[in-house]
Amino acid sequence: MAHAAAAHTEHGQDDHAHDHHEPGFWRKWVFSTDHKMIGIQYTVTGLAFLFLGFGLMMLMRWSIAHGAQALPGSLGTLMHAIFGPAVFDEVKEGANVVGYSLSTQGYNVFGAMHGTIMVFFGIVPIAFAGFGNFVMPLQIGAIDMAFPRLNMASFWSFFISCVVMIWSFFVEGSAAKSGWTNYPPLAGVADQSHSVIFNGGTLWLIGMVFNITSSLLGAVNFITTFIQLRAPGMTWGRLPFFCWAQFITAYLLLLAFPPLESAAIMNLFDRVFGSSFFMPTGLVVNAMGADGQPLQYSGGGSPVLWQHLFWFLAHPEVYVLILPGIGMVTEIVACNSRKPIWGYKAMVGAIFTLAFLSFIVWAHHMYMTGMGPKVSAFFQTTTILISVPSVILLTAILLSLWGGSLRFNTPMLFASAFLPMFGIGGLTGIPLAFNAVDLYMHDTYYVIAHFHYVVAPGTIFAIFAGVYHWYPKASGRMMNEFLGKLHFWGSLIAINCLFMPMFLQGMAGVHRRWWDGGASAYVATVEPVLHWNLFMSQAAWALGAVQLIFVVNFCWSMVRGRKVPNDNPWDATTLEWDTPSPPPHGNFIKPITVYRGPYEYSVPGADKDFSPQSEPPAGTPAVAAVPAHA
Amino acid sequence: MEIPYTVRPRPDTGLANPKLGIWLFIASEVMLFGGLFAGYIFMRLGAEPWMWPHGWLNVPVGTFNTFILIASSVTVILSWEALKMRNFKAFKGWLAATWICGLAFLAVKLGKEWPDKFSHFGAYIKKESAEKYDQYLGNEGEGGRLERQQPPRLFISGHPKNWDDVKNPAVDKIVLTGIDEENHTPKSAENDRAHFIPRAMVHLHEGHELVLNKKDLLPGYGAFLPKLNTYLACYFMITGLHGLHVLGGVLVFLYFWGPGSKLYKTNPEQLCNRIEVAGLFWHLVDLVWIFVFPIFYLL
Amino acid sequence: MTLAALSDYFDLNKLMGMLPNHSEHGKEIDHMLNFCHWFMLILFVGWTTYFLFTVIRFRKSRQPKADYHGVRSHLSTHLEVGVVIIEAVILLGFGLPLWGKRVNEIPDGEKDAALKIRAIGYQFGWYFHYAGADGKFGRQHVRFITGSNVLGIDPTDEDGADDIIAAGTMHLINHKATVTRVSSKDVIHGFALHQMRIQQDAIPGTEAPQWFRPVSTGEWQIICAQLCGAGHSGMAAKYIVEEQKDFDEWYKGQLEFTQGYLTKQKVDVLKAAEEQKAEAAKQAAEHGSGHGEKKEH
Ligand code: HEA
Ligand code: HEA
Ligand code: CUA
Ligand SMILES: [Cu+2]
Repeated sequence: MAHAAAAHTEHGQDDHAHDHHEPGFWRKWVFSTDHKMIGIQYTVTGLAFLFLGFGLMMLMRWSIAHGAQALPGSLGTLMHAIFGPAVFDEVKEGANVVGYSLSTQGYNVFGAMHGTIMVFFGIVPIAFAGFGNFVMPLQIGAIDMAFPRLNMASFWSFFISCVVMIWSFFVEGSAAKSGWTNYPPLAGVADQSHSVIFNGGTLWLIGMVFNITSSLLGAVNFITTFIQLRAPGMTWGRLPFFCWAQFITAYLLLLAFPPLESAAIMNLFDRVFGSSFFMPTGLVVNAMGADGQPLQYSGGGSPVLWQHLFWFLAHPEVYVLILPGIGMVTEIVACNSRKPIWGYKAMVGAIFTLAFLSFIVWAHHMYMTGMGPKVSAFFQTTTILISVPSVILLTAILLSLWGGSLRFNTPMLFASAFLPMFGIGGLTGIPLAFNAVDLYMHDTYYVIAHFHYVVAPGTIFAIFAGVYHWYPKASGRMMNEFLGKLHFWGSLIAINCLFMPMFLQGMAGVHRRWWDGGASAYVATVEPVLHWNLFMSQAAWALGAVQLIFVVNFCWSMVRGRKVPNDNPWDATTLEWDTPSPPPHGNFIKPITVYRGPYEYSVPGADKDFSPQSEPPAGTPAVAAVPAHA
Repeated sequence: MEIPYTVRPRPDTGLANPKLGIWLFIASEVMLFGGLFAGYIFMRLGAEPWMWPHGWLNVPVGTFNTFILIASSVTVILSWEALKMRNFKAFKGWLAATWICGLAFLAVKLGKEWPDKFSHFGAYIKKESAEKYDQYLGNEGEGGRLERQQPPRLFISGHPKNWDDVKNPAVDKIVLTGIDEENHTPKSAENDRAHFIPRAMVHLHEGHELVLNKKDLLPGYGAFLPKLNTYLACYFMITGLHGLHVLGGVLVFLYFWGPGSKLYKTNPEQLCNRIEVAGLFWHLVDLVWIFVFPIFYLL
Repeated sequence: MTLAALSDYFDLNKLMGMLPNHSEHGKEIDHMLNFCHWFMLILFVGWTTYFLFTVIRFRKSRQPKADYHGVRSHLSTHLEVGVVIIEAVILLGFGLPLWGKRVNEIPDGEKDAALKIRAIGYQFGWYFHYAGADGKFGRQHVRFITGSNVLGIDPTDEDGADDIIAAGTMHLINHKATVTRVSSKDVIHGFALHQMRIQQDAIPGTEAPQWFRPVSTGEWQIICAQLCGAGHSGMAAKYIVEEQKDFDEWYKGQLEFTQGYLTKQKVDVLKAAEEQKAEAAKQAAEHGSGHGEKKEH
């Protein structure tokens, strides 16, 4: 993937002649230390993983809608050939194999990997590492990241984690199968009959250790760059909000990820050396026949410890998923409403509050583990508190629209749809915050719907907006507007048909992680809402089909897209538009000085409706004449 | 193209990039070890009183290692200072002292402390079988632990005659010849020590044989490995990861001592910064040990 | 509060297809959730109306030149403060007290001795261990696990003499406070009784109590709410809320059935219990059958 995409942009790059130490092919496209190339590598790898994660989910949606019915046509045969009998069951008619369907354990494998891939291999690499790498240094006027080689190291650490995760599908028993949360003891016993190291669960942990290492190195780099490499005049108050969002995200990763890394190490100890960190005394597996033997663990451990360490990461992680998205949306809304963001300072304050609070809410994922009223009261209160900064952020963006001159190009469409979609997801988080209500809601599809609204039509839409917005900068070509709008409307409709019924199903008692959507064992309870399963699955496949438009647009525009009319096709103010598209090695072809805030659109009395950050105030002589490029 | 502030601090933030970077890295390391220590606390609070051992580690050896690490933290500062004064020879000398200390630390760990554990056998007796082995546990009867309202002792350690059979499922007996002194005279005052008192590694009592039936033992019996109990699991995990950090530091110092020191000729200030940054990391490694030592050896 | 009045008037939960509630405390939870949903709905409709208005009113063709200053009023601050206040009301008024009641005020007086049940999950089903009339669970140990004594109740322990173990179906008594202590033999399961508005993770090595009081008879499903392996989707069990006398009958049958693995002692206890019950029945006949329904308004 990385190579293909890279090969395309190569043509665009030819225009810019460079001095002699032009790096060779490997240094330029593969082992690059240039933040822009690394950003593109992250983004493209991440998109490929989004695609994979979504692909897994489309197969799961078949299983939810049709149970053990064979997959259509030769798809089943193909999937069986790829993933093997651990994941796909034969469907028989008499003695003949007529097709293949996802097995119950296969569903668990895909579910765990869908969550893992989407979160750690899709969104974080794109929204944080990809866009952060590409855009943030440009926006602050830096020539590169503070530690370019470290940057490359984090990408390759990430790459190793990708390889390990993919590989894990092909070992005996297939990949991890205990949810993306990987709760022990299940995570420990699920692979018992397989090889000690080469099994899904252990490889998942190894992959996570590399992934975490990559994020940590990235976070160190981002924060240092943000603090140290701001161009002259780029004071704290003049930083684009996206950069603030990336900075806070990096800080969350830096402090929240290590505890998960330690949990992963403990878990590896349990699996490889037989220790008992997460194993309580006297587990009896295969109790079915009642004469099961206790597991060979000395015991004394605590399964809840894993949950604490996991959620200590995973709650901050959800803000890692959303903050870069909010940052992108802010940029795009400001640019396309042609007016400054309302309440910039309040927004920066809000994300600082968010960053602090997100470390003390984690146990709202663990209300069902038996919590005393005091502990529970603490976490309920912090969880409710944390919704306040989110409300401030969203309110600020919404108010920014007032009085604007809204330009609905594709990025703006996605960015504005983000607002109500995140609204639905965020608001439905509120009832979950109450322990007593969560008694009913926990682990139902209501929760699934809650967080998919924030991550799918939320973050994914923000990512789409970002891709459409910065694509011209990265490739020198515009994406097709018509296809973009088609992609937008198709996605918006399909994704709501897909996730809206989940609230109803959740209220009616449908729980997550049911391979047949509740059609067999739980009909007695959830019969009234079962009919939604098929509808939702069809919406999911339609959503998949609509994504093909995006893939086509993305690839086609790379070679055939309209060339950018100038360096600043959106008439934006921030610094990344003050350099050629794509920007050369070293980023800026003139010295950069910043004179004003990030969103000086439609300044009264100015001659045009945007005043770039680097444009000297009227009357000041320019520092250096802008050479016309190419 | 040069990244700014790699050597000199940026005036308005007062920091150079590497210095900020290493502080951030240290922050994440603190969270990493924080997570591990949180695990330790969880394990310890959740452990049954008879399961959590005390006084299993060799305090004199541990103390020795502590001093070595502290010394190396001092030498690294001295080498940095020498470099600041542009005294290359002294710099090299102190730096060598630093990595030698690091290596010595590892040598003690890997050559003495860990192998000591590997050669020892231990097993927890299941509660319901404890009576059978009471002679070695000293729970029942007059002067027994139960009478004195103490948590029962269920642990027996020593040296098996048939090490090879410990793992062999076909054999169901383990014959101990050398028995830990604690099990040898379980009711003696000496072995009824209060908790939290460090003491030297036990010596084993040769003598009559003790036959353990595997059925009477909790799973995990065998050498002193992470399997045996959560204390050892924590011990090996934390000291292991700490050891990896020591190793990393040693490698970095070796590099700056060898090929990396060439930078002195072209940019001594940058070399100086690098030593400072590596030194900061080394202090962290030292600091972690300052926590590890009391927590595992003394408490 | 008008919002509260409004929310009572129209039940959003029902509209969304929430399962009916059959427990005493469930009403409060439903009320709170309904209130929450109204709050969310109003915010959402308000914000969306504003949003749609702006995107139409301020589209480029209608508003070619943007206004640098935009919103000047402080309405939004008031709105945000309003949101905080309502959230605080929900939290302090409902959220915290409701949870406190679930885990703190477990009724266990002489008069209202609760029915005590341990629910033990395994891959893939449930065992229910009833404490019996003495309200005490028999000691357990893996050593005693056999085909019929699946939880390993110590046969020599008197507390266990009137215990029973039921598999797959849990019987409850209408209007009787019930304490469930949930645990697991192997991996984590979830114990969800939605009609009782109760849910608890079954975590091996721990046992967490929760209590509730059924208020109508019926038969529903117990849902396993945590991923527990390949059979997770099929781990359905049943619970039946019945009147005391039906329950007693069932209990007696179970006691007789399980005698097999009990000591002689236990048979005696069984007889004693029989006599006690006869006694109780006599007394009840004298006082008139004084159970729940009628007291309810
Ligand atoms: C990006 C991800 C993301 C975000 C931002 C959030 C935000 C929030 N989440 Fe969510 N959550 C998840 C991802 C996320 N969550 C995931 C992945 C899970 C499940 C994990 C698993 O179990 O697998 C989960 C689960 C989860 C639970 C556990 C449920 C359970 O398992 O039983 C809880 C409970 O408190 C919760 C609460 C909240 C709250 C209070 C917020 C608040 O921060 C929300 C605040 C936001 C608002 C209040 C919206 C404000 C909106 C506007 C002002 C705009 C309106 C505009 C228009 C309508 C135009 N979440
Ligand atoms: C960031 C996180 C994220 C995202 C984006 C998604 C996206 C989607 N999720 Fe997922 N989901 C999770 C995180 C996420 N999910 C998690 C954590 C779980 C819990 C797992 C567990 O139980 O442990 C879960 C569980 C989960 C379930 C419940 C399964 C169960 O419990 O049984 C379902 C059911 O329908 C579902 C569906 C979907 C669907 C249809 C999408 C769709 O919206 C997907 C939409 C995606 C796109 C629109 C992207 C398409 C992108 C491209 C095509 C890229 C183009 C490529 C190139 C140009 C190269 N998800
Ligand atoms: Cu048991 Cu799911
Ligand atoms: Cu959360």
